[in-house]
Amino acid sequence: MIEVLKPGLSTTVQDAGRTGYYHLGIPPSGALDQYSLRAANLLVGNPAGAAVLEAVYMGPELAFTDDAVVAVAGASMVPKVNGEERPLWESFPVSAGDVLSFAYLTAGARAYIAVSGGIDVPEVLGSRSTYALGALGGFSGRPLAAGDRLPVGSAPGASPGRSVPADLRPNVAKDIEVRVVMGLYDHRLSEAGRAAFLDSTWDLTPVADRIGFRYAGPELETVPREPPFGAGQDPSNIVDAPYPIGSIQVPGSVEPIILHRDAVSGGGYMMIATVLSGDLDLVAQSAPKTRTRFVEVDLDGALATRSDYRKRTRRLAEALGS
Amino acid sequence: MTAMTEVQPARYSWGGDEFIFVELAEEMSLQANFRAMAITKKLSDARPDGVLEICPANASYQVQYDPDVLEPAELLALLQDLEQQVGDAHELALSTRVLEVPVLYRDPWTTETLMRFRDRHQDPNATDIEYAARINGYGGVDDFIAAHSGSPWFTSMVGFVAGLPFLFQMVPRERQIIVPKYLRPRTDTPKQTVGYGGCFACIYSVRGAGGYQMLGITPAPIYDPTQSLPDFTDFMVLFRPADIVKFAPIDRERYDELLAEVEAGTFHVTARPVEFHLQSFLDDPDGYNARLLEVLK
Repeated sequence: MIEVLKPGLSTTVQDAGRTGYYHLGIPPSGALDQYSLRAANLLVGNPAGAAVLEAVYMGPELAFTDDAVVAVAGASMVPKVNGEERPLWESFPVSAGDVLSFAYLTAGARAYIAVSGGIDVPEVLGSRSTYALGALGGFSGRPLAAGDRLPVGSAPGASPGRSVPADLRPNVAKDIEVRVVMGLYDHRLSEAGRAAFLDSTWDLTPVADRIGFRYAGPELETVPREPPFGAGQDPSNIVDAPYPIGSIQVPGSVEPIILHRDAVSGGGYMMIATVLSGDLDLVAQSAPKTRTRFVEVDLDGALATRSDYRKRTRRLAEALGS
Repeated sequence: MTAMTEVQPARYSWGGDEFIFVELAEEMSLQANFRAMAITKKLSDARPDGVLEICPANASYQVQYDPDVLEPAELLALLQDLEQQVGDAHELALSTRVLEVPVLYRDPWTTETLMRFRDRHQDPNATDIEYAARINGYGGVDDFIAAHSGSPWFTSMVGFVAGLPFLFQMVPRERQIIVPKYLRPRTDTPKQTVGYGGCFACIYSVRGAGGYQMLGITPAPIYDPTQSLPDFTDFMVLFRPADIVKFAPIDRERYDELLAEVEAGTFHVTARPVEFHLQSFLDDPDGYNARLLEVLK
């Protein structure tokens, strides 16, 4: 059992996510940074997609009632056991009665806290992930609160001292490039609008959560048109359509929003591009003011990137002896 | 409405490395919606390996797939083939349900909420339903309610948030109600508000932000993540794409009775199975609707 002494800013239980219910408005949820989820789990000997805690911007304070092995991956938020620092990207032991806390965030946005045995909340629709907007899954369908007691699964015998090799730790930068496939409704943009999207550097606004990440930058010019029946008057309006995870919508032609893993599943704003599935990890580690450029790739480029990502996760698994 | 309109070729677009998006028509119509239903139903029945999610929407649909299992080109060819097979979808027959949804129009809770957001509204001196009635040319709110509850609605999409149905009125276009969305979205909407935006009715499944005009509220829960109510034993979401909805106006007394049933855990939405046949509907919408709604009696 883990007792939550302080919940942090917004800490939720997340795993690899749920599949099969998006057509009813229930998004995949799951760790926004799936690579760090894997790393944290493999470090403590869990299956790669076991349930962990995702802490955003500020870590929680947790008391352990049993001995366990813990690892923290993702954002640079240094863990401390009874006030003593422990390494990131490396497994370490905690004993019954120990308190795990965190130093201030220095880079990235989301830390993943894995505990040997995994966070053992009940599965809902095949996943332990929290979907807070729908009050579904995780711990009572919501972010953690002080006083919550989290069940932990029985540990398969993990070893402390495992470490992710330096070349398999992601770089977290304040300037990033996010690869996208243009499409969906990008024909609603004029040439100038399209160029402004791809040539500008966008600043992440504070409106950045598990549903979406909103960026500040220039207004995007659209092609004039007669609105089709049911679409609404604004040039950025469409007949309400499904939204791919990672799709970038531009309500009112300003402030693009990348939809992430708790996305609203559909709506009436034009989407102009979709972030590659692997690059959603990079978006997940963006803190407000992160300067972001969107780089266009075609489908072949997207598949090549996907293949690189797969190789990298295999190397991670090999390095951690799984 | 009796004639099928010309079918445009679908527009296919890749959504990153895992999604394909298919727009069947730029403008909304029942026919575009039925084509989306028909294609996604066929895909669902075939369910090729590598297909992860199939999301039908109003006049479009999307598929999430694993390109490591199913080649994008192969998926595209399959969807194009299904598009050809479905054609104008006039032969589509669906086994679906008719649901009766009780509505307290002009209820105190959405009225209180809309008064808090008058500064975001097109007509700050009217309520949402008065505004909707006026701009659609109805003599008054009662006439508007009669039109809103007089014909059935087709669940053309489920989503936005968990279990929220988008509903499209099953009447010829010239009789369809059209209402703009709020000038700026509200930050609050009561749970189970019956809303209206563009050409779509909706029922808000959870409390939260919203931009649709608020016409009333239903005592019927439509989303229950704890699955403790009888309608949710099998699944936490009431609506499925293709469900047909009949709104039934109720008064405050009836609302309170139904709410007491919800609280006692005995409430059931009236739901009856029906076969829906597109061509028969198109041939005689009003007559077909009347027969469709017989099952509720």
